[in-house]
Amino acid sequence: MLYYIGAISLILIGMYAVLTKKNLLKIVIGLSIIDSGVNLLFISVGYVKDATAPIFSMPSLTADKMVDPVPQALVLTAIVIGLATTAVALGLVIRLYDHHKTLNINKIRQLKW
Amino acid sequence: MRKAIAILLLAIVGYYFINVFIHMPFGEKREGVGKYYLENTLKETGAVNVITAIVVSYRGFDTLGEVTVLFLAATGLGAILFGKRGEKRRLQGASVIVKTTSMMLYPMVVLLGAYVFVHGHLTPGGGFQGGAIIATGVLLMFMSYRHFNASHKLLTWVESLAGLTFATLGLAGLALGQTFLQNFLPLGVPNDLVSAGIIPIIYIAVGFKVGAELTGVLDNMLKTIR
Repeated sequence: MLYYIGAISLILIGMYAVLTKKNLLKIVIGLSIIDSGVNLLFISVGYVKDATAPIFSMPSLTADKMVDPVPQALVLTAIVIGLATTAVALGLVIRLYDHHKTLNINKIRQLKW
Repeated sequence: MRKAIAILLLAIVGYYFINVFIHMPFGEKREGVGKYYLENTLKETGAVNVITAIVVSYRGFDTLGEVTVLFLAATGLGAILFGKRGEKRRLQGASVIVKTTSMMLYPMVVLLGAYVFVHGHLTPGGGFQGGAIIATGVLLMFMSYRHFNASHKLLTWVESLAGLTFATLGLAGLALGQTFLQNFLPLGVPNDLVSAGIIPIIYIAVGFKVGAELTGVLDNMLKTIR
């Protein structure tokens, strides 16, 4: 249960950063914090008490003593995609900085909310 | 004012999150697709690492799409930053200690990455992780040597060949068996390096592809500083 609460707090902290921060870089950092929170949430959904990683590296390991492999496989995907989106977001930030010479979203006129 | 609105919004979102997850069982055994994978992976694919088997074999088509997304992101980043002149900024060169150490570490980091993706079906690891480790090694070189250059032609070739290997193996499965990406090679003895049919070959291809793509991303990013 504590794992869920921790992961959800990470998501909320990231959302807070995205909603209130003015610096574009901090917004990108907030997005990647949300990303980690979602990944942690997935992993803790797959957790099974007293179980190990789903790898049959020793004969003594049996299938009923392993955690759920499906969320782990999905998170493996999600981490890579998160990395790719962060890279693209940073590229866009570099371009915006070039164009406006500032990272403050209040000074970039088209980005007000 | 804006902070108050944000906190209020987050309180609502958090309340509903907690409300959903308080009903989710935590740490209990589950039935369903996860159980099926755990019980049948070793028989069906011969891979010891169940996650690798899911990512490359059961959901192999999905992984092909994921590799494509990564490729698109790398290309998109190149397009966004295309034609950007490097900003004149005085960068201090790294010290001799950093240079020497990274020169010594670089081959070992690449070796570790290769180990991780070659043993993807046996140990925790795989193509994506191994490729990321290799890109980290290249980043180390980029940071310590200002004029370290990654050959774009080589990167493009590695990336294309790796992607082509993945797609060709999938089509070969279609030709020799019934479905796309079917495991048509013998499964071998579990826990051997050469086992699990096409899974290690695909993961090695993915490792090369991810390593080349992430190196390209780093190169594009660092090109903006001169």
